[in-house]
Amino acid sequence: MQHYSTSYTLRFAAAVCIVCSLLVSTAAVTLRQRQQANARLERQRSVLVAAGLLESGRAVSRSEIDRLFERIEPRIVDLRTGEYSDAVEPAGYDPVQASKDPQRSEPAPPNAAQVARLPHYGLVYHVLKDGEVDMLVLPIEGNGLWSTLYGFLALDADTRTIQGITFYQHGETPGLGGEIDNPKWKALWVGRKAFDEDGDVAISVIKGSAGPPEEDPYRVDGLSGATMTSRGVSHLVRFWLGEAGYGPFLERFRTGRSV
Amino acid sequence: MALKQKQILLDPLISNNPIAVQVLGICSALAVTTRMETAVVMSAAVIFVLCLSNVAVSLLRKGMPPNIRMIVQLSIIASLVIITDQVLKAYLYSVSKQLSVFVGLIITNCIVMGRAEAYAMQNGPLDSFLDGLGNGLGYSLILVATAFFRELLGSGSLFGFSILRPVTEGGWYNPNGLMLLSPGAFFLIALFIWLMRSWKTDLVEAE
Repeated sequence: MQHYSTSYTLRFAAAVCIVCSLLVSTAAVTLRQRQQANARLERQRSVLVAAGLLESGRAVSRSEIDRLFERIEPRIVDLRTGEYSDAVEPAGYDPVQASKDPQRSEPAPPNAAQVARLPHYGLVYHVLKDGEVDMLVLPIEGNGLWSTLYGFLALDADTRTIQGITFYQHGETPGLGGEIDNPKWKALWVGRKAFDEDGDVAISVIKGSAGPPEEDPYRVDGLSGATMTSRGVSHLVRFWLGEAGYGPFLERFRTGRSV
Repeated sequence: MALKQKQILLDPLISNNPIAVQVLGICSALAVTTRMETAVVMSAAVIFVLCLSNVAVSLLRKGMPPNIRMIVQLSIIASLVIITDQVLKAYLYSVSKQLSVFVGLIITNCIVMGRAEAYAMQNGPLDSFLDGLGNGLGYSLILVATAFFRELLGSGSLFGFSILRPVTEGGWYNPNGLMLLSPGAFFLIALFIWLMRSWKTDLVEAE
């Protein structure tokens, strides 16, 4: 076998590294904009699905999403006070990204949804109808069985009635936990009440079947074969509607409207 | 020569199939075969990486110091995989979301490094390319066949189109949940191996 000197080996390794890193960084830099646009589009699309303005799973063009999104006004909410804020620009703001930055987030109180950090600023989408707020769409996230679930919850302007739920990213078992993407199951949420008469969070996912929303407003059917995922969804919805999440904001919104 | 090259390309499809005969790359074969769409995209990604890594390793083989050859192979493979992942995220966003970590895990797919080490290190670029293509196609063949049965029996659909209308959507077919779990893929791949060995009896090792 041919013998190679140490300096040759080092030069060879350096050359391979430089070529490889050039290729990888070129790909990353040239494709970044497209990837970010994709991620943003995916979030916008999920907001529309949660609000019931778009059928889930239907292929739609970018321009159609843009057109539908004209009805939607993103607003920044200071999660520490529950008030609207102008501290950051709502367009392009991603609370999930912010929660990973220690400068822009804080540790979350212990919670069943296993949310580790809370961003200082949350994002609320107002769905407008004739200039009035018709619906509120809140970002939600939390642990299922295998993965963190990311999604949106749409509430009626009364802040109590659920108008829709959708998840745009998760890694649950297809066919079992993955059934959280099933439109039939998501439809079960519509019309149920997130809060009871006293304003406490009341909604939960149960094991088994719940009645129709009029008779059984606070319970949603669990997914069969996916107890842990169902429980995770229950925990995370309750967490984000609660005191540490958007609870204070919703409370303010509610009282602000009734005045 | 032409005959030999044909053999390089076709051999790994059946008689030396990387999954069914060499039992390599099982992990991803279990993970991405619940649906046809993901299986096809994953196959394309593996073929791409395998062909290019084989060609690159083959071109560098004569100047490659043997003591760092594994690291060099791995750098080449990892770079190709990252590029593939980036391209999928930019152009096939929804599929890349479903494939999640498994595109990244092509790096650890034994087939890729196995072919680089066992074949491309000793052979010319063209033969190595064909070898990569053949092994990639052999992998794809099992992946797509597994995904076909898993999606059809597990969800009643193919490429997301309903074929057997499941009960949950008002049809008659009661989907077999086992097919969607990893054991379902194990059973299917085991069946393929069994069929292959009954058909090509020379694959069975002497006791």
